[in-house]
Amino acid sequence: MSGQAGALEARGLVVRYGGQAAVNGLDLSLDPGSVLALLGPNGAGKTTTVEVCEGLRDRDEGEVRVLGVDPAGAPDSLRARVGVMLQGGGAYPGVRVREMVGLVASCAADPLDPDWLVDTLGLTSCARKPYKRLSVGQQQRLALACAVVGRPELVFLDEPTASLDPQGRRLVWDLVRALRADGVAVLLTTHLMQEAETLADHIVIVDHGRVVAEGSPDELTAAGADRELRFRAAAGMDLHLLAAALPEGCTASEPTAGSYLVEGAIDPQVLSTVTSWCARQGVLADDLRVARRSLEDVFLELTGRELRS
Amino acid sequence: MTSFEAGTFTPAPGRGPLGRMLATQVGLETRLALRQGEQVLLTLIIPLALLVGLSLLRVVPLPEPRPAAALGTVLALAVMSTAFTSQAISLGFDRRYGVMRRLAATAIPRWLIVLGRLGGMAAVVLVQLVVLGAVALALGWRPDPGSLGAVLLLVVLGTAAFGAVGVLLGGSLRAELVLAVANIVWFVLLFAGGVLVPAAALPGPLAAVVVLLPSGALAEGLRATLLGGGPTPGQLVVLLLWALVAGAVATRTVRWS
Repeated sequence: MSGQAGALEARGLVVRYGGQAAVNGLDLSLDPGSVLALLGPNGAGKTTTVEVCEGLRDRDEGEVRVLGVDPAGAPDSLRARVGVMLQGGGAYPGVRVREMVGLVASCAADPLDPDWLVDTLGLTSCARKPYKRLSVGQQQRLALACAVVGRPELVFLDEPTASLDPQGRRLVWDLVRALRADGVAVLLTTHLMQEAETLADHIVIVDHGRVVAEGSPDELTAAGADRELRFRAAAGMDLHLLAAALPEGCTASEPTAGSYLVEGAIDPQVLSTVTSWCARQGVLADDLRVARRSLEDVFLELTGRELRS
Repeated sequence: MTSFEAGTFTPAPGRGPLGRMLATQVGLETRLALRQGEQVLLTLIIPLALLVGLSLLRVVPLPEPRPAAALGTVLALAVMSTAFTSQAISLGFDRRYGVMRRLAATAIPRWLIVLGRLGGMAAVVLVQLVVLGAVALALGWRPDPGSLGAVLLLVVLGTAAFGAVGVLLGGSLRAELVLAVANIVWFVLLFAGGVLVPAAALPGPLAAVVVLLPSGALAEGLRATLLGGGPTPGQLVVLLLWALVAGAVATRTVRWS
């Protein structure tokens, strides 16, 4: 594996807790200046994977290179180049916001101005509050400040918006885009589809410690059943005629009474076939929509619909 | 487009100067210790109240001159409070709040994290020495300049011994358990560990045990030194052994998170 190519490369990563494999043969690749989202349900192995890459956890098998360096044991040389946002933060219970950002800034050679960062992340009003009295959202923004204050080449963000309100989420998204634009590589974990879809150049969907799908947001949502066409019309129409008129590979169904679904490669020809078929039946197709699968559909399809603990 | 100016986050990685990291961490740890009400009660208020009380009231038997003997007692208590109780409790809760993981994820070398904690502890002990010494002077303590070196040696060894036990406790158990154990041990050692009541005034079997405890060795050594004598080699060895044994065990058992 060449160390120079990517900001992060992992091949065949395995981490076991007791006999159980939390991460089971994971491959990852992150280019400099791009954003990789690890998307998965709770307990999929996202945090474990990130902790291995940060050097905070030992791996059992596999090769990992972070900025060309093996992260095992978190060598000093590597920690000076990466920024880490831990899930659940991490700070002295009595420390004030400004003090904690200042402490982490003091560890870097050429840090961002802590006062500016505290202000930018909307923490000025609580800059003198002790950590234990901050809201979860404020603690999370402080954790984000600690991750970026040292001007790292690579930033790990473990569920960066999990407890934020919509404004806070926008702010974090804006910041991640700015990091990317300035050439910082970002590895983020999330279980929010929209977050992965909006921010990431590349999404890796993990479940049970394995990659179940990966690609750009476009590739993932376009894969499989390309598109779907939905419309409403009188219930109980005979679909055989429609099915016969549709091109090969397209199927028609009526999932709920009066609501029809055509799946397959929906092109203008298919659209026209459907509308003219409706016209021949003497019904007006209503609320006709061509929809791509959302990332959420892909995600639920791959990881199942049962609830995770 | 983002609301950030282009180039704001352009990478400029690198480790900060070691001296600046250490100074920032020691400064922060010291401020945290001196700002927390419960810790200040333990490390300064109670020792001050005892210093005044023991010097002026004749409740506990103490040799003359009372202010010097009282200073020996409260210096031992102050060291125990800071290095053991306060240190263990803050370490327990720092671990709970993820401080160790947070620091381990910055460019601070591990040894500097440990050094920073020790520095913060030493700074608090220094504040205690200055404050308690000044009040003792006001109460009539007349220091013998020749004994100050021995006092300092005892304080350093006592801090090392109690600090090692404190780290062992605070780094191994759950935070609530650390809080309970550290306070109970403090209380027991204060009354039955040779701190407040000299070993000579305790029942025979207890006295024999007490001189082997860091509390007994430190308090007896400090009182003897401040009253014009000096520490026995036994007292110095007891403190050194506690520091070495507890330190060795701690390096094996202490968990960072």
